[in-house]
Amino acid sequence: MAVASIKVSETPLVLYTLRRADDALILGHRLSEWCGHAPMLEEDMALANMGLDLLGQARELYTYAAKVEGKDNDEDKFAYLRDVVQYRNLLLLEQPNGDFARTMVRQFFYAAFADLYWRAMMKSKDTTLAAVAAKSEKESAYHIRHSSEWIVRLGDGTEESHARTQSAIDDLWAYTGEMFAVDDSERGLIDAGIAIDPATLHPQWLKTVTSVVNEATLALPKNNWMQQGGRSGRHSEHLGHLLSELQSLQRSFPGATW
Amino acid sequence: MATPNIPLWEVFIRSRNGLAHKHVGSLHATDATLALQAARDIYTRRGEGLSIWVVPSNAITASDPTEKGMMFEPAESKIYRHPTFYDVPEEVGHM
Amino acid sequence: MYTQALNSSDNDDRHVEDAARAAQFQARIDADERIEPNDWMPAAYRKTLTRQISQHAHSEIVGMLPEGNWITRAPTLRRKAALLAKVQDECGHGLYLYAAAETLGSSREELVDAMLAGKAKYSSIFNYPTLTWADIGTIGWLVDGAAIMNQIPLCRCSYGPYARAMIRVCKEESFHQRQGFEIMLTLCRGTEDQKAMAQNALDRWWWPVLMMFGPPDQVSQHSDTSTKWKIKRFSNDELRQKFVDATVPQAQFLGLTIPDLGMKQNANGNWEYSPIDWEEFKQVLAGNGPCNRERLAARRKAHDDGAWVREAAMAYAEKRKSRQMAQAAE
Repeated sequence: MAVASIKVSETPLVLYTLRRADDALILGHRLSEWCGHAPMLEEDMALANMGLDLLGQARELYTYAAKVEGKDNDEDKFAYLRDVVQYRNLLLLEQPNGDFARTMVRQFFYAAFADLYWRAMMKSKDTTLAAVAAKSEKESAYHIRHSSEWIVRLGDGTEESHARTQSAIDDLWAYTGEMFAVDDSERGLIDAGIAIDPATLHPQWLKTVTSVVNEATLALPKNNWMQQGGRSGRHSEHLGHLLSELQSLQRSFPGATW
Repeated sequence: MATPNIPLWEVFIRSRNGLAHKHVGSLHATDATLALQAARDIYTRRGEGLSIWVVPSNAITASDPTEKGMMFEPAESKIYRHPTFYDVPEEVGHM
Repeated sequence: MYTQALNSSDNDDRHVEDAARAAQFQARIDADERIEPNDWMPAAYRKTLTRQISQHAHSEIVGMLPEGNWITRAPTLRRKAALLAKVQDECGHGLYLYAAAETLGSSREELVDAMLAGKAKYSSIFNYPTLTWADIGTIGWLVDGAAIMNQIPLCRCSYGPYARAMIRVCKEESFHQRQGFEIMLTLCRGTEDQKAMAQNALDRWWWPVLMMFGPPDQVSQHSDTSTKWKIKRFSNDELRQKFVDATVPQAQFLGLTIPDLGMKQNANGNWEYSPIDWEEFKQVLAGNGPCNRERLAARRKAHDDGAWVREAAMAYAEKRKSRQMAQAAE
């Protein structure tokens, strides 16, 4: 007996909010997988802190999406009762943790974007999103600091750490383009001053990323073909496994409160 | 093979404006930047901090506890350094 | 935060100490003074504490695993955040405790290596599996509850760094037991399936939790020294009884049955429990619990998989240092 998925009325603002909420939840979930398994206790603490920041962002955004949607959905229904194709997160964030280098590269690529994104969103005409942005910006500013310090150490550390980090960059690079893409549903929100155009953040993002990667004696790939699809529910195979774990209890006990 | 030692750092935190930094504990980190980040992640999770110092543990010079008598007892007899040593008539008021 | 009475005594080390210093040391303890890292202390005191504090630290770190097993499956976002924060706290507590142990002269690396080699003990309770979500509630409610009973007296332990670490730990732990009890309460007020899940978890955890307090007083050889040194302030059985008396009414409130049908309240109001299976305890400590091998394997894997990261950070620090020196020389 399984609990069925919910229906969501994805008006532009609901969809927009869910996309950011899903980003935060999925990356937060990935970071939480490290708990108890990090390379040193100090980093276990750091990864959990970042995971908790992201879970907090997800909860606020889901709650807001539920309010905007105005049905009887809530944060947990959005998180636990939507299937893979209903999830709207960036492909980058659902990629498995891999080794510590891969987790740090994923974190770094995203945080370098999120920090710019949330800072710009503080000027959103939507006061709730602006408030979430103000809080999230401080969190992502720390995430970028933390991950870039590690990228530099791993890149400029030993031969092994250099190779591992370069391979993570090479593998994850194709998922970075999606952060800057906009579809029709978002265009209207951008025009209304509720959302910002992420394409405008790209030059600054590239500058930050390039400078850290250079300092780390690493290189960005030449290939600029970018994967897309997460925003519209076309995910990698990894997300299904993540969700089957995340949702197992809610899906198997109809009508239960936890 | 034994695991190589990562340097130890002492962490000092100023919890509120106007207070001095106070020793809160230690951690391991390979350099000062990572030590500072780790101190933030470990010792300020409940909003305990406004400012952090990290100091390599081996940079601290401590007094020798066996010299406690020589170091600290001479100060105990200098009661004239304390305000209660002096009599001021009550009618003078608070001084 | 978990500790368990596992230590054996160090009678052999004691005779070598200078009697006058030992007497002076004992006088300081008797006067309730705190012993600090650079103070003179008997070798056996140092050894006992290093062992107890490091076991306590190992327990925190290994203790992350059974609960960590449910972080990715926590049934609501609120529960997920609370559980992640709680398991992270345990990591922090392990870290504070390793630091306290290090003030006695062993490095964290040595202590961790001993644990990974299977030479150091950690609390027996973490060698039991977490099978359902109710296990997370039960661990918070009972395991943390038992740990708090053990830990509060340690805040007044004679060794300063340990006492200070414990004060910090106890302050941070205050939400852990409540978190667990709230999970249990929600399950017990939920569907029939949920209530059955809660009862099943209690059935499995009850006896192992009672064992956490260590062997009964009449066979516990070392309590004398630890008590004399004010490392230990209550006996295993005293703490166990206190725990049982506090827990029975909570179980009644939840509507759960403690799996000890012979249990009865005596004239003093204490709940008398049935004999504990100390053979099981011995076996679990000896490495034969249901999850001993998995727990050690998980810690070893984290340690081994992280080696290249630690090496990279060390190598970078060296490079930076030599670059700075080269710059200064120019």
